[in-house]
Amino acid sequence: MLKHMATSFQSVAAVLSKDVQSELRVRYAINALVMFILTSVSTILFALRYERPTPTLFAGLYWVVVFFSAMSGLSRAFVGEEERGTSLTLRLIATPAAIYAGKLVANTILTLLLASAVTVLYLLTFPGFSVQSYDIFVVTVLLGAVGIAAATTILAAMIAKAQARGALFPVLSFPVLIPLFMTVLDATDKALSGDDFGEAFGDFQVLAGYAMVMIAGSALLFAEVWND
Amino acid sequence: MKIVRAAAITLVTLVLVAGIAIPMTASPKGWLEFPTIRGLEQNARNIFFHVPIAWTTLVAFLVSMFYAVRYLQTKRAEYDIRSVASASLGFMFCFLATVTGALWARFNWGSFWNWDPRETSIFILLLIYGAYFTLRSALESEETRARLSAVYAVVAGLTAPFFLFLMPRLMGGLHPGSKDDAGGNGPVLDFKMSPNMLTLFFIGLIAFNLLFVWMLDIRVRVGMLEDYRTRHKD
Repeated sequence: MLKHMATSFQSVAAVLSKDVQSELRVRYAINALVMFILTSVSTILFALRYERPTPTLFAGLYWVVVFFSAMSGLSRAFVGEEERGTSLTLRLIATPAAIYAGKLVANTILTLLLASAVTVLYLLTFPGFSVQSYDIFVVTVLLGAVGIAAATTILAAMIAKAQARGALFPVLSFPVLIPLFMTVLDATDKALSGDDFGEAFGDFQVLAGYAMVMIAGSALLFAEVWND
Repeated sequence: MKIVRAAAITLVTLVLVAGIAIPMTASPKGWLEFPTIRGLEQNARNIFFHVPIAWTTLVAFLVSMFYAVRYLQTKRAEYDIRSVASASLGFMFCFLATVTGALWARFNWGSFWNWDPRETSIFILLLIYGAYFTLRSALESEETRARLSAVYAVVAGLTAPFFLFLMPRLMGGLHPGSKDDAGGNGPVLDFKMSPNMLTLFFIGLIAFNLLFVWMLDIRVRVGMLEDYRTRHKD
């Protein structure tokens, strides 16, 4: 049992490090994402100028940028494999469970990086964007990123086999992510208005439950999507 | 199916006629007069149409999910036909529930749309159906289309408990059973209706579900014939 767990952990780590390495080697996805975030944040900056939005509005503006940059970044996980023609090899050398877990971790890291980049940009450029309760904010972004990656990894595997991939991914992801968004928006609002940690605890329970349900469901269904 | 068809037509007609025609008075005498519900007045009639249609939407969604799981277990094309037939009927009922609900909201709460948690959840359901049919149209191979759309139906179904049960309780809203509903008993199961209204309401539930079963049967038979034709083209 232990030996079996150790080998499967190794293959998950191998899939993850393969993804990280191939990404760092070319970097065009990361560069494109950085530019995407910069353009969307500056569009909001131009639109707002000297306005001081409420925390509720800021929470919305924050997650809109995170959502759409995640949509353009996370779809690459499997589309890249199909484009490079490496999905057959991957299918031969690793179990579906290991591939799903590796991609899930890679996507979680990518979403966390995106969210951190957006946070830093917002803190630097918007004078009105001040996080009052950092504990709520950090936990919300962490759980939100895990939830987004958990729900969209299997969808990314699905759209890799479809036509019109780029447009399809947000269409499929958005309805599935709405429960998550309503909760993170509520929690971010609380973090920006300076509520106590305990007041956001209900939101965290929903977010943790959502991520667990999505990971468990995707892990069960992933083989159906991955194996032709 | 003949019995289902006869029952569906009779009961839906009965509910439509009775729901509109039975008078509402402040002090009802006998079985053929409804009491006036304060705050709802004549708008209360919509309860016989809107609520059963909304429940049928959910039934159609669950049936579609059930057949999606059956498809993934067996890979028999029949289950995909059943799943997509139920989804397309669910989409129709979802649309009807949205329209009847928006009209009711206009005359009771002041505007067609208020982003009450239940309005949000029916909106999510509309989006899920939209995404489901978009996904189906984007997949060319029949086998892949059946498999991936079944997976999507299940993944979307996994979020249903969140927006059906968690969100309406956590957030304030206008529907009965919301967080700040004074005197509300949580779920919408406490109806505060008189016995004759309750009877007609449950007849409505049965009627619209039978209508769904009958329409599903027709859709599945059409789907099977189309499938047979594409398989035996030459």
